[in-house]
Amino acid sequence: MAHVLNEVRRGFYLDSVALMRMSRAIAGMDGVEEAALMMGTPANHEIMADARLLADAGKTAGGGDLLIGIRATSQPVAEAALAEATALLDAPATRGDGAAYRPKSLRAAVGMLPGANLALISVPGDFAVAEARKAIRRGLNAMIFSDNVDIEAEAALKAEARELGRLVMGPDCGTAIIAGTPLAFANVVPRGSIGMIGASGTGLQEVTCLVAQHGGGISHAIGVGGRDLKAEVGGISTLMAIEALAADPGTDSIVLIAKPPAGDVAKAVLEALEIGGKPAVICFMGAAEMELPENVRQCFSLKNTAFAALGEKPTTPAPPSMQASDSEEILGLFAGGTLCAEAQVILRDAGQTVRSNAPVTGISTQDGDGHLMLDLGDDDYTRGRPHPMIDPTVRNDAFIDALARTDLAAILCDVVIGYGAHGDPAGHLVALVSAHGTDTSPVLITSVCGTDGDPQGRAGQIAKLEEAGIHVAPSNADAAKWALAAIGAG
Amino acid sequence: MEAIEKANALAVERILTSDPVLIDVMPARDVVPGLKDGMILHAGPPIEWDRMCGPMKGAITGIAVYEGWASDLADAEAKAAAGDFEFHPNHHFDCVGPMTGMTTVSQPMLVVENRTFGNRAYCAINEGLGKVMRFGGNDAEVLDRLRWLRDDFGPALGGAIRHNGGLELKNIIARGLTMGDEMHQRNVACSGLTLRALAPAMAETATDNAVLAKALAFIAGNDQFFLNIAMAMGKSMTDAARGIDGSSIVTSMSRNGTDFGVRVSGTGDQWFVAPVEMPEGLYFPGYSEADANPDMGDSAIVETIGLGGFAMGASPAVAGFVGAGSASDAGNFTRAMGEITAAESPEWTIPAMDYLGVPTGIDIRLVVDTGLAPTINTGIAHRKPGIGQVGAGVVKAPMECFTQALAAFADRMGVS
Repeated sequence: MAHVLNEVRRGFYLDSVALMRMSRAIAGMDGVEEAALMMGTPANHEIMADARLLADAGKTAGGGDLLIGIRATSQPVAEAALAEATALLDAPATRGDGAAYRPKSLRAAVGMLPGANLALISVPGDFAVAEARKAIRRGLNAMIFSDNVDIEAEAALKAEARELGRLVMGPDCGTAIIAGTPLAFANVVPRGSIGMIGASGTGLQEVTCLVAQHGGGISHAIGVGGRDLKAEVGGISTLMAIEALAADPGTDSIVLIAKPPAGDVAKAVLEALEIGGKPAVICFMGAAEMELPENVRQCFSLKNTAFAALGEKPTTPAPPSMQASDSEEILGLFAGGTLCAEAQVILRDAGQTVRSNAPVTGISTQDGDGHLMLDLGDDDYTRGRPHPMIDPTVRNDAFIDALARTDLAAILCDVVIGYGAHGDPAGHLVALVSAHGTDTSPVLITSVCGTDGDPQGRAGQIAKLEEAGIHVAPSNADAAKWALAAIGAG
Repeated sequence: MEAIEKANALAVERILTSDPVLIDVMPARDVVPGLKDGMILHAGPPIEWDRMCGPMKGAITGIAVYEGWASDLADAEAKAAAGDFEFHPNHHFDCVGPMTGMTTVSQPMLVVENRTFGNRAYCAINEGLGKVMRFGGNDAEVLDRLRWLRDDFGPALGGAIRHNGGLELKNIIARGLTMGDEMHQRNVACSGLTLRALAPAMAETATDNAVLAKALAFIAGNDQFFLNIAMAMGKSMTDAARGIDGSSIVTSMSRNGTDFGVRVSGTGDQWFVAPVEMPEGLYFPGYSEADANPDMGDSAIVETIGLGGFAMGASPAVAGFVGAGSASDAGNFTRAMGEITAAESPEWTIPAMDYLGVPTGIDIRLVVDTGLAPTINTGIAHRKPGIGQVGAGVVKAPMECFTQALAAFADRMGVS
């Protein structure tokens, strides 16, 4: 038999929506058949009577009184529900988080922040160009983090942007620092007078960090996307970035980091640097020596590029003493594509045979003999999985296998920190090494790309690695040199 | 692209510069152009008897008895099924109606004139809460109330309106927004303001004190009295924006309980139709989702002019209907609707949102681009005829209406 319980609060008004919400909460309790909290108007009396919620006690409620009606399977349940209803009525109002509105469209975002001049676009590749078009047509420069954009669409977009006087950074632009603001994967570096342009993310990160570690600062670091210097795109964004930095009073010199450009594009880029007139350093990773304008210097590693930009002679720390090995093979396991390329160049230039899944000029592909330098951030490894800079566990298998190998002299790898990167990549690597045990493993050589200003803190990351017996070189290039030393080739 | 922006600017300007005034209450036969005996106008896009939902059928049988076209409900149902009545959407006759939206010749109609453009729109009088025809109610009590509206209330209200030289609606809405109304689920303030504006004239023009007393009590006892006035107003405003070549602004959103229909300024009078969705909301005691009829009514005309779900920020209490939303998040509904609209009203503003104007002029391109469907505040009818309202809540316009409309619009614009 159903038990109906009423309670009347005299002269207590609550809005009907609030009451309906409470009614729903009470009616949802176990054993409660029906429940309602309503003001005691005649119409509501009728509704409550129809719902078999009205007992004698409730019939005295007037229009200004709150009427609680509960029908439950037992008296104790009804009493508990009534107590709950009373508690709800007396509970302090819940507060919204007051969270600012998060716009769903570029149009609304621009409406909320009319002074914005840059849009960071990170959507599936199929939609990235459409969103970037909206951005440039609204007068914004666009940084496109997305990849999987076809190259014709990239070229057309950049051509339109050039017409509109807007810069497109990307697609597949992972790193930029604009006026001191790090975007996507970037590090905390001081502001200064060196302006950088990079077609590669980790290349920009390594050079900006080395500059910062040695007392320099960055005016802007402009990413242009990995394909900007291909013939199809023609270096549109690189050329615009050179022009912008040449005109920027806060920039005294320019650094350009990229893969070797197409012939005509390289020519156009060098011309633009010459016209710009500011001292410039170029690093076309893997390229041969080029004929250059007077104000341009060419470097062949990220490390030398950084020192050239600082106007300093590179320092080369002596390699630490490392356990001797019968083996002469080095395995490179990189999260950063350009860091992998730099290692290839250094090994190649030391006369070693090198192979890679992401080979630079003069390096063979994965099959065959030689030191294997793997870019684990390459599409083949990251399809459907996060990038190893974000989630280092995707390198786990490769590390576990390598640590168990007795035919390896050294494992060369990178640790990249900063915004966007994993919270503790050194800790992750150390855990893998400790799990394996240190006795039989190859020598582990790494470097930490980052700064002490980064959320992870470079010094702390280095300390963790060294404590675990991992050799930490001052730069990625030095790490490669130490690996050469480990096989007696340094 | 530029042509579309220009056309849309014109459409929105027409909506925003409209000057809607409630000028009279008149029998539909005398004012609704083209309306004849045997015609039953209903809410939503066109629909045949067989596909109508329960409440719609209930209302149709009730209104046929009320008009004297059938002897009783069973007779009415047989006649409806036999094709004895002509069914048309309200929207095809400059009319709108909430929920089932019945319009027939002898009903008294609120007449709203858009003084800027000279066009008029019509809506029947709101019957009050509880068991009413708009929710499919059709018993003697419902029909008697309709007769009283026709014979006593309508003439009394119309006399007072004429006596006052009309009731200007724009400023009532502006004040209602500052008082917590969004004019769809909540019309408490505007109903009160209307009563305040008309009561003296009703007394002045009254010939029978008993009729006057009952009429005043009727308005005073109905928090939703103003809804039908707001709807006729909305219709008069959006009609001014119809038929502008190249405009992608929505001029009607409307539901018949089975289908949701959208019309767009630049695609003429074509309806873009998709199945209606179920509202999400709160239910009166004794009822649940299982009892609910799918979304219904021409009342989404108020969202089409930036009120209702679009003005949620003015009416934090109504935000509670969507369940998890806290009152302080109400503004986010309005901001989201700002992403799919072309303009903000300069006159209808929301104090708590730093006097942000209500988002006006739904652009089908923005709806499809953002994937944000218009949010509509709505009452919920029982799925069976004759029972009435069982709750209130929020419903989304089906995205399919807008993707269809955009395809047709692109076609017309010569874009593939």
